[in-house]
Amino acid sequence: MDKIIEVKNLIKKFKDFKAVDDVTFEVEKGDIFAFLGPNGAGKTTTIKMLTTLLKPTAGEILLDNINVIKHPENARKNFGIVFQDQSLDDELTALENMEFHAVLYGVGKNLREKRIEELLNYVELWDRRKSLVKTFSGGMKRRLEIARGLLHHPKILFLDEPTSGLDPQTRNYIWDYIAKLNKKEDITVFFTTHYIEEAEKYSKTIAIMDHGKIIAKESPQKLKEQTKTDSLEAAFLALTGNNIRDEDANGIDQLRNHRKMWRGH
Amino acid sequence: MNAVYILWKRELLRYFRSRARLAGSLGQPLLFLVALGFGLGPVFQKAGQGNYFEFLAPGVVSMGILFTGIFAGIQVIWDRQFGFLKETLVAPVTRFEIVLGKTLGGATVAFLQGLIVLILTLLIGVKVHSWTLFPFALVAMFLIAVFFTALGITIASLFEDMQGFQLVMNFVVQPTFFLSGALFPLTGLPNFLKIITEVDPLTYGVDAVRGALINQGHFPLSTDIGVMFILSIVVLVIGSYLFSKVEV
Repeated sequence: MDKIIEVKNLIKKFKDFKAVDDVTFEVEKGDIFAFLGPNGAGKTTTIKMLTTLLKPTAGEILLDNINVIKHPENARKNFGIVFQDQSLDDELTALENMEFHAVLYGVGKNLREKRIEELLNYVELWDRRKSLVKTFSGGMKRRLEIARGLLHHPKILFLDEPTSGLDPQTRNYIWDYIAKLNKKEDITVFFTTHYIEEAEKYSKTIAIMDHGKIIAKESPQKLKEQTKTDSLEAAFLALTGNNIRDEDANGIDQLRNHRKMWRGH
Repeated sequence: MNAVYILWKRELLRYFRSRARLAGSLGQPLLFLVALGFGLGPVFQKAGQGNYFEFLAPGVVSMGILFTGIFAGIQVIWDRQFGFLKETLVAPVTRFEIVLGKTLGGATVAFLQGLIVLILTLLIGVKVHSWTLFPFALVAMFLIAVFFTALGITIASLFEDMQGFQLVMNFVVQPTFFLSGALFPLTGLPNFLKIITEVDPLTYGVDAVRGALINQGHFPLSTDIGVMFILSIVVLVIGSYLFSKVEV
């Protein structure tokens, strides 16, 4: 099997804290790869480095044999990503957000129109295509975000908690689409989720990350056998323990900290 | 080039959608025109300097462009905070294309804003000296717009959030405006002020608009436009470099 993602000795330090601690793994072409781990394990940091948004402290990343650190522009042609937090333009309509993305990714006009209609219909937003995104509910924004991420049919699709905040119906529905895309177009899917049953149902390979290290990488079946558990959730807990993790401050928290600092208390 | 176009289009869509912003940014230039133009006009006249309202008009037009441009550029910080910047940064386009698209978009918006102020001053009574020179006033206005939008993006690349915005307004934007030749003639200034005005990029922009519009330029028009052109290129290059270092 061809390797489409190769990560070697990847390290990311934030001051003294090692968010990603010497990680090495590979993903095969056509895989649906679930990247699991407790909050703050370093999953999002890893994805950010894989997608050129963050420079690693050390290590090497190859996406489809392209060195991501040396040739970020070329590497970006190969993947698409749906982010964990919002990345839509609120002041534009759903349609304009889709068009913006399609043009930026060089999807030709005819294909663009066809796919936008198909995808917006699929996530049931076609009737609302001319509404500003700021009028959308959280779930609608999420659906639009996913539809947008699927627009340009990349070789690798990164999904960082794509279905968080969606109801089970929508989640199943979207996963069916992703699974179909994986099969039909041989798109490799790399995703994180906190819904373990999602990983169990759809992934072919599972990697579990904890404290910045990858502690297991197997098929769901093997993982259960190894840990002598009967569900993936039990296997996950057996591997990562039952403690609740602290997560680093997110953007808004940091903003609050800044404010405190400027006010001097 | 499609990427540049779509980034440009986004800025315009947002501009025309936000009427409050459109109207709001006209308030300050108009206030300056009325308060200073009419208020100081008689003193200016008595000092033998001619019509202050006409003299001030290019300064106020430039002011509108300066503020709108810087603000358009600095909105990159909002994009970062609201997550949209990530969407742009993972796209398979060069950082230069992103900066260029955003700059041209913001600059077009700032230019339009300046054009509205210019039309208002013409309606109030500023007389165009020569219609052959008039297009150069528009060129100068566009260059001011490009320079300050690109400067805004450059500044935005250095800040994580809007905390530093007030700092930029008070220590960059306001001095740039007040210490250019927007409000006063450049002749007979004390030495220190003369030096400051000569290193202030806006001085050349305002002077070009003034020269082309009412034929009262301090420097030759070619110098003004040449300086603005070169500075715009320089800040675009620096902006692209700093922007390429941005991580989210």
